[in-house]
Amino acid sequence: MKKEISIFINERLCKQCGICSALCPKKVFTQEIGHPPVITNLEDCIGCALCQMRCPDFAIEVEVK
Amino acid sequence: MRKTVKKFIEGNVAMVEGAIAAGARFYAGYPISPSSEIAETASKELPKHGGMYVQMEDELSSMATLLGASLAGKKSFTATSGPGFSLMQENLGLGVMSEIPAVIYDVQRCGPSTGAATKPAQGDLMQARWGTHGDHGIIALSPSSAQDCFDLSITAFNLSEKYRTPVVFLADEVIGHLRETVVIRQPDPSEIINRRQPDPDTKPENFRPYDFSGNTPAPMPFIGDKKFLMRTTGSTHNEKGAFCPTPDNINRVTNYLTNKIEKNADAIVITREYHLEDADEVIITFGCCVRSAMTAVDRLRQKGIKAGLLQLVTIWPMAEKKIRSVLSSVHRVIIPEMNLGQLANEIRKFNDYGCKIIQVNRNDGILITPQQIIDGLEAK
Amino acid sequence: MATYKDYMLFDKLPQTWCAGCGEGIALQSIAAVLASTGYDKHDIALVSGIGCFGRVDDYLDLNCMHVTHGRALPAATGIALANPNLHVLVTMGDGDGVTIGGNHLIHCARRNINLTAIIANNYNYGQTGGQYSATTPTGSITSTSPYGHVEPPMDICKLAAAAGGTYVARATSYNPVQMRKLIKDGIYHKGFSLIEIMVACPTHYGRYNKQGEAARMMKLMNEQSITPEEASHMTEEELSNKIVVGCLVNKERDDYYTKYHKIIEEEREEA
Repeated sequence: MKKEISIFINERLCKQCGICSALCPKKVFTQEIGHPPVITNLEDCIGCALCQMRCPDFAIEVEVK
Repeated sequence: MRKTVKKFIEGNVAMVEGAIAAGARFYAGYPISPSSEIAETASKELPKHGGMYVQMEDELSSMATLLGASLAGKKSFTATSGPGFSLMQENLGLGVMSEIPAVIYDVQRCGPSTGAATKPAQGDLMQARWGTHGDHGIIALSPSSAQDCFDLSITAFNLSEKYRTPVVFLADEVIGHLRETVVIRQPDPSEIINRRQPDPDTKPENFRPYDFSGNTPAPMPFIGDKKFLMRTTGSTHNEKGAFCPTPDNINRVTNYLTNKIEKNADAIVITREYHLEDADEVIITFGCCVRSAMTAVDRLRQKGIKAGLLQLVTIWPMAEKKIRSVLSSVHRVIIPEMNLGQLANEIRKFNDYGCKIIQVNRNDGILITPQQIIDGLEAK
Repeated sequence: MATYKDYMLFDKLPQTWCAGCGEGIALQSIAAVLASTGYDKHDIALVSGIGCFGRVDDYLDLNCMHVTHGRALPAATGIALANPNLHVLVTMGDGDGVTIGGNHLIHCARRNINLTAIIANNYNYGQTGGQYSATTPTGSITSTSPYGHVEPPMDICKLAAAAGGTYVARATSYNPVQMRKLIKDGIYHKGFSLIEIMVACPTHYGRYNKQGEAARMMKLMNEQSITPEEASHMTEEELSNKIVVGCLVNKERDDYYTKYHKIIEEEREEA
């Protein structure tokens, strides 16, 4: 059964450090320098929430239903 | 309830008896001459009252541990002497800024540095006042007998709790090691001041650990209180205890920390008088020198000279009003002290009256005798 | 169920640290672990020192005591001894915890005070501009070792273990799952527990040493990471560039309060 996954990015809190996009095991994000990450590959997301846990700025929340 | 007993003990031991009577139940310190009997007595007596003794690795940590224990609800004390007191200045400042009660017994010895470790001196007046950096007020008490060591310990804890501030108990080696009969009593609960708690109707979200609006500190729940979360910091903070280094707030906090003590000086200051009412020749002194001064007064009176004594029991805040009334009413005052003039220089600040100030100083580890005081008076 | 937000002052974000600083990762782990314990906030005391990681108290909704540089462990000792029912957490950096405060760490571990020390190691003094600390690797460039650092670094976990620490562990910010587990085990441990967390300081240490951005620094940490089991087969030289992660010490020994309380029980006079 496919998990229903939502990722929320809080652009107010994001400092654009690039950790989430660089370290995501499934390359769910794309990010350009000077911009917050963009979710471009949600279908590959496995809901591990590492991006949330590794975000130093509390700017990502992953919801897995 | 403990029975009132008389004990023939030295000042250092009486300090611990007084601290326990005041409700102190935690000691953290590092042994140092000539205060070590305080540590030894605390380690022996505290467990009997359910209290705890911990010997730390240095005085930096002792002072920090003291504040932690106080914040978690135990009235706490430590003891030291000059070199250790120097190390404690760091977290004495933390106590002042965070507004955490604690009592520091400083049994003064000759300095600077290691100096003469077993010899008495009174050279820490300024260290007690300005040893930690930045503007603030401080309370320091000075005993002149073993009984004072007991009684003023209760006063020291009461002031500490009332004003949410560390209090320095500025003893000296002479008084610390002076053996006298001391009445050890259990004070009536009404005599004991405990830090103010928040009004029970206060909603937790409305509680503020700091209040800079007047000269009275905010209520202080313990860490571990089931209703209120407590927050303290050594950084310049707002009412919530949150870091707030704006120019206005820095100004507000440092003024408050000074005024909290200085504007309450009338309620804090303690002085004693001996034949002062009709005196022409006035001795102003504190600590062990009070004893020589009293004998000097007696001998001068026997010679027909109207001598009197003003004893400063609180060194800080300075008894400005009382000192001014003396300076304005006599031609000269004589100030014996076991340093090179730390008290005399403070008294000069109040001398708007042209009163002659005669110093009698010793800093060689030898007590000032009554005759030296008399000689000082007669030489001028 | 409680989440990390329930233990935080979430409206105070964004936090103060630089972009990519690993300390926010450690902060989230601490708050998440507290949420998973379900402890009443009133029963938790957080003591923090001075330095970048000393600022965690700004964002946690707990009893907080923010103290002087290096003295967080002694202050926490006072709290832990005065009220044994409190869960005492101490947050420090490498400067705070083992450089200016190194002596206190030794003695706190030796006394086995019942508290949990969480030390964020970023190899330098970040808050004052990236000067070297006691954990800065030999040869590293910092703002006060512009020609390469000549001192050998201190191993925080080895120091704590040698001093008698009864729970000692290390995690990197690359692995927040392991970090959470080790912090939680440390909090549940009775006695002195220490968790060292390797955090990237891209602003100072990373820049001076050309380690790239935060993610690259974290990957490097992960490449250096080995388990205690792997480490046990390696020579001192082979270990020099490695980070041993996981639980390194976990043993039982009566803590100071427990032992002292027996004295109180025996000596206490009837009131």
